[in-house]
Amino acid sequence: MIKKLIDELRISLIAVICLGIIVSGIYPLLVWAIGQGLFPEKADGSLITAKGKIVGSALIAQQFTSPAYFHPRPSAAGRGYDAAASGGSNLGPTSRQLVEMVAKRCAAYRQENGLAPEVVIPADAVTASASGLDPHISPANALLQAGRVARARGMDAVEIRRLIADKTEGRDLGLLGEKRINVLLLNLALDDKERSHGAR
Amino acid sequence: MTDIYGWLQLAVFSALLIVLTKPVGLYLVRVLDADGKTFLDFLLKPLERILYGLFGIEPEKEQDWKEYAVSLLLFSLAGLILTYLILRLQNHLPLNPQGFGGVAQHLAFNTAASFTTNTNWQSYGGESTLSYFSQMVALASHNFFSAASGIAVAAALVRGIARQTSKTIGNFWVDLVRVNLYLLIPLCLLYAVFLVSQGVIDNFHPYAQAKTVEAAQLQHILGSSPTAQQAAIQDIAQGPVASQAAIKMLGTNGGGFMNANASHPYENPTPLSNFIQILSIFLIPSGLTYYLGRMVNNRRHGWAIWAAMFMLFAAGATACWWAEAAGNPRFTALGIDAAAGNMEGKELRFGIFDTALFATVTTDASCGAVNAMHDSFTPLGGLVPLFNIQLGEVVFGGVGAGLFGILIFVVLAIFLAGLMVGRTPEYLGKKIEAYDVKVSVLAVLTSCVTILVFAAGAAASAWGTSSLNNAGPHGLTEIIYAFSSAVGNNGSAFAGLNTDTVWWNTTMGVAMLVGRFFFMVFVLALAGNLAKKKIVASHGGSFPVAGMTFVLLLVGTIIIVGALTFLPALALGPIVEHFIMMNSTLLF
Repeated sequence: MIKKLIDELRISLIAVICLGIIVSGIYPLLVWAIGQGLFPEKADGSLITAKGKIVGSALIAQQFTSPAYFHPRPSAAGRGYDAAASGGSNLGPTSRQLVEMVAKRCAAYRQENGLAPEVVIPADAVTASASGLDPHISPANALLQAGRVARARGMDAVEIRRLIADKTEGRDLGLLGEKRINVLLLNLALDDKERSHGAR
Repeated sequence: MTDIYGWLQLAVFSALLIVLTKPVGLYLVRVLDADGKTFLDFLLKPLERILYGLFGIEPEKEQDWKEYAVSLLLFSLAGLILTYLILRLQNHLPLNPQGFGGVAQHLAFNTAASFTTNTNWQSYGGESTLSYFSQMVALASHNFFSAASGIAVAAALVRGIARQTSKTIGNFWVDLVRVNLYLLIPLCLLYAVFLVSQGVIDNFHPYAQAKTVEAAQLQHILGSSPTAQQAAIQDIAQGPVASQAAIKMLGTNGGGFMNANASHPYENPTPLSNFIQILSIFLIPSGLTYYLGRMVNNRRHGWAIWAAMFMLFAAGATACWWAEAAGNPRFTALGIDAAAGNMEGKELRFGIFDTALFATVTTDASCGAVNAMHDSFTPLGGLVPLFNIQLGEVVFGGVGAGLFGILIFVVLAIFLAGLMVGRTPEYLGKKIEAYDVKVSVLAVLTSCVTILVFAAGAAASAWGTSSLNNAGPHGLTEIIYAFSSAVGNNGSAFAGLNTDTVWWNTTMGVAMLVGRFFFMVFVLALAGNLAKKKIVASHGGSFPVAGMTFVLLLVGTIIIVGALTFLPALALGPIVEHFIMMNSTLLF
């Protein structure tokens, strides 16, 4: 009986090690090699560089507070947009802390965008995402911010709205997910546009 | 609910699930037969033989249920200890570019128990605690091992049902090796590469340091003071994510590489990756119902079980969707667009429907990956995942665990039907006797009692309540959810609860081990006892195990057991919170 148990324990250890080498060694290295071979830019985090410096990732939200830029959704990751400490607020629907925080965000959103009290605020503009790194905002949210951005940059609001329409991503395969706009890519496109205007 | 795209996605999801069930089931028949032929034999058969040689086992020698259980338990124990050691010593091991220290004793125990039991509860914050080596070796190995163990136990039970006058129910080592080699690894390889194509990262670089766009601009104005410098840099976590994300979904493990799990854009970047991740949770469990029908030579029985599962799934998905789409009246009162639904803790690219579908599926199965924060769901929206877990995760369920879980309920349902008509209950030609009913009831009771006793203990203790992130009824829900998730080996969370304390980590670790291994041993005992019996020819009086009557009886049994056990506790948590939210302006 004891001998049999020891025998089984020996098999267990060998099995953990042998199978471990396959599923934790060979398998992930194969995925890494194929991923790096076929989609190197994506496997490395869809990083965006400007003048040889990394300015962010196309998939990860970063903070924008200046009126001249579109603002991403509020973030509960770390102290905000901390891409090494992802997470949401985890506050429930009847949490005082949550409702007071969202009320403050609503007031700020109305003020900075000059919205009348009867304008409804897009939900994504004042709620924190699950990851705290949600790179997208809704088209409604972007359009409400367009006037502010135009004023701050001295650009034509029509041009900004055209840019928003350009940068709006549809549902995947026409079916899955929601229409959305990547804030970082939109802001980079804005800077580009302004630069090319300046050059003219 | 008026969102036509939601209904369309639900239809496409259901159609794909139906279409995939048979091919996956047929492939499982080959994988779970020690002599089965697969199209990968030319590549993997030699490796399979080498592994048996290294183990020193004779693959054709089968085990009785006790031997099978001992192999399973010792294999799990060996993995548990190894994971514990790696986590404790990660600062001395390679692939630790961020220089994380060793993991504390209680957290290492909790995490090792969590991954060994296919729970994948995250008391740790992935990207802020664990090295790449710990993730890849200590954790991801269990994603394969525990998934394969679950499928092995399910196969053992199905053999017990299908065979007659047999002492043995298969060989654990053969099942373990074959499921890994022929099923999990090849599927994950394809799947992981697809995930990378969507933007899931897979590299071994240190965390990227980005000089953010706005901060770089401001620096022109502000100069380079240390605070401005700090604000300007965004550290972006990296790592070998895709290989781990693939098996975490397919093996219904659910432990995320990142703290935010499948809501993190690096783990689940697009609505398409999201949709496939949801589907991949159900892929193997759904195929296993066909495997059952095929093995017991009663395909209608397999589909009847599938239908019972599907009814519970569809009810959960629509309920959760409805609740989340209805949104939070506290927010509507602030002038926020109600049509967008409850977006706190959700990602915009997924929106309400894809989030509700994910939450339902991940808790129908024992996956527990999340693409949103369940803690921020509306009360009824959060009740759906919680109740799914409490029903025993038998709605397709964990890989293997879902099938053997629902077969326990099948035994109970047939027993109840037998009581009602006053006949000796029979299941597929086998008499269901006192022993079979006893072990089935013990399996169910162990889980229920463990959840309620631990949750009650935590709710009545300072160590329990001091970890809460929410007050009022929502806080109680956090506690009930935690122990339901631990015992059910789900791993999703009302994640505001801080479980990284000595008490929480220890009690949760024990709850996970009880929920997994007591249940499995009872299942194997049932398998062994059923295998011994003779199959008697069916006669007119036996209860049919296919058709609508059986499906409804099975669904009824599952709901009655779950509801009778948990409704009182749920009434004090999500249900009372719902009425407070709807009928008052009270805040906690």
